[in-house]
Amino acid sequence: MTQKVAITAQNIIKAFGQGATALRALDDVSVDIATGEFFTLLGPSGCGKTTLLRLIAGFEMPTAGKILIDGADVTEMPPNRRPVNTVFQSYALFPHLTVAENIGFGLKMQGRPQAEVKATTAEMLALVKLDAMADRKTSQLSGGQQQRVALARALAPRPKVLLLDEPLSALDLKLRKEMQVELKRLQLETGITFVFVTHDQEEALTMSDRIAVMSAGKVQQVGAPRDIYTRPVNRFVASFIGETNFLPVTATQQGARLSTGDVIAAEGQGTVLIVRPEQLRLGPAGVGAGLAATVTGVVYFGTDIHVNLALSDGTSLTARVPSPVDGGADFTTGQPVAVTFQPGAARLIRE
Amino acid sequence: MAERSFEVSRLPGFATVAIVVFVLLYLPILTLVVFSFNSGPSVAVWEGWSLHWYADAWNNEAVKGATARSLIIATCASALATTVATMAALGTTRRAAFGGQTFIYVVINQPLMVPEIVTAVALLILFGVVKQATGYQGLAYLILAHAAFCTPFAYLPIRARLEGMDLSLETAAADLYANPWQTFRHVTLPLLAPGIAAGAMLAFVISLDDVVITEFVKSAGQDTLPTYMLGQMRRAITPEVNAISTALLGLTVVLLTLFFILTRKKN
Ligand SMILES: Nc1ncnc2c1ncn2[C@@H]1O[C@H](COP(=O)(O)OP(=O)(O)OP(=O)(O)O)[C@@H](O)[C@H]1O
Ligand SMILES: [Mg+2]
Repeated sequence: MTQKVAITAQNIIKAFGQGATALRALDDVSVDIATGEFFTLLGPSGCGKTTLLRLIAGFEMPTAGKILIDGADVTEMPPNRRPVNTVFQSYALFPHLTVAENIGFGLKMQGRPQAEVKATTAEMLALVKLDAMADRKTSQLSGGQQQRVALARALAPRPKVLLLDEPLSALDLKLRKEMQVELKRLQLETGITFVFVTHDQEEALTMSDRIAVMSAGKVQQVGAPRDIYTRPVNRFVASFIGETNFLPVTATQQGARLSTGDVIAAEGQGTVLIVRPEQLRLGPAGVGAGLAATVTGVVYFGTDIHVNLALSDGTSLTARVPSPVDGGADFTTGQPVAVTFQPGAARLIRE
Repeated sequence: MAERSFEVSRLPGFATVAIVVFVLLYLPILTLVVFSFNSGPSVAVWEGWSLHWYADAWNNEAVKGATARSLIIATCASALATTVATMAALGTTRRAAFGGQTFIYVVINQPLMVPEIVTAVALLILFGVVKQATGYQGLAYLILAHAAFCTPFAYLPIRARLEGMDLSLETAAADLYANPWQTFRHVTLPLLAPGIAAGAMLAFVISLDDVVITEFVKSAGQDTLPTYMLGQMRRAITPEVNAISTALLGLTVVLLTLFFILTRKKN
């Protein structure tokens, strides 16, 4: 990476509890987050995302390992001295202060002159479009408005890094989509490094520059959304992000041999072949190449349909094809079809 | 739910018991208040309306002195007790659980459990020694004694408030560059203020009302209102005592109303 590194986590171990009952919430985690990047921590509940964020913010100390911010070791530094701010999942807005006072809190604590506090607060209010609410108490705001106050409050002191712990999970779908756009806009406008936590893979794919996929306290893969989607390194990543067909194979000189005996050209190494449902093509049986399969079910999804298939030895497979428009290809249960893979679609991964 | 859950108010005779209890509780108070306005010298025979017992009490130097003493002691003791209680509450809720925590609760709440007369005798002996050694005879003994037994009353509402307070607010303050003192000053304290005020009021009322410990600890000429009234009762009961009681009742009702307003759950 040629870019400057904003945050480095070096071999972080975080154990809760003592001795034999200790639980390793983070188990040897190392990541580099570049300056100005929208970096996402993605993983199922309990995988250690919040713990990593709290370590970066300084609310917890690692059991072992180091945290660097802009190259400086901050492992022992208390949170109030770290140039990072957090948007909490519960927002944690101060109920006894107004919207404007909440936003100005960080600057005031830093001892900035009053004029600057006022000016920056006004600027932030405009940035999150809450000018009209400046003097309200935070309890008088809607969920989406509170969310924006939390964001403005964390952005006001111009931190080097903004940490966001599932900031959108409390919002309904429509508001969530709006805020995704808004967050992305704010990140581009401010140029601040964002470390974003989510367990929603779609949110991660659409918003991030890079994603770290985590599971059970370990980072499984770090990469751009495209990389992770098209080249997952293991079964966990492949199944967590998007839908995938897993087919057991044995490697041969010509390619990967399926349990049906068919041999398929595939990149990568391993004993499992993965292919995304939308990368399968269905054609009439007996015409040209393709795996022989039988349709076992069709599920309608609007823009496309999911066709469940069984290969000749019974291995099941799902294909996603465009919904049939009038006169287009449709499928019925029991129908024999030929399944072809798009070029480069099949990949081998480790178990 | 198809079936009604158990409700005590449906038991037979509930209404009767409730009425009897309310009458027993409030009839004496009502009588006391009414007879404080009696124009005659009796607390049992009604002779017509008058405010002259209030005027008598108002012009009685002994009553004035006792009132001043009561107010000074209650103010100082409740301030002291509230400070100690606030620190104790912060110490017992704003940190990880520690060994001996239960012991600390017991120590703080000890005055609620030990019979008051025992504390009174103990203080009498202790302060007797100190008085002998120092020669100091002032109100400080009473203030200290009151602060001691008022502390648990101040502690309870403060601790309740702290326990209901979101720890993430303090975390957020630290995240926003507030050092521990700033966090306390700008976040914890303002949010805790209603609890502290409630604790202080409760402590004030408890101090104002105390007889047993005061009676044992006070030096000559240090009567508070309750001990003064007790002294009066030994001689003759006049509606003057009713008048003083009614005034005290009024003050207490005001303070307790404020207490409930402050501790009432928001939203
Ligand atoms: N203070 C703590 N004490 C003990 N165990 C903890 C503590 N904090 C977290 N853990 C444990 O560490 C693991 C990781 O927790 P963490 O909160 O980081 O998960 P997460 O990935 O943020 O999950 P979610 O998506 O549910 O928020 C969990 O098993 C959790 O129970
Ligand atoms: Mg979490």
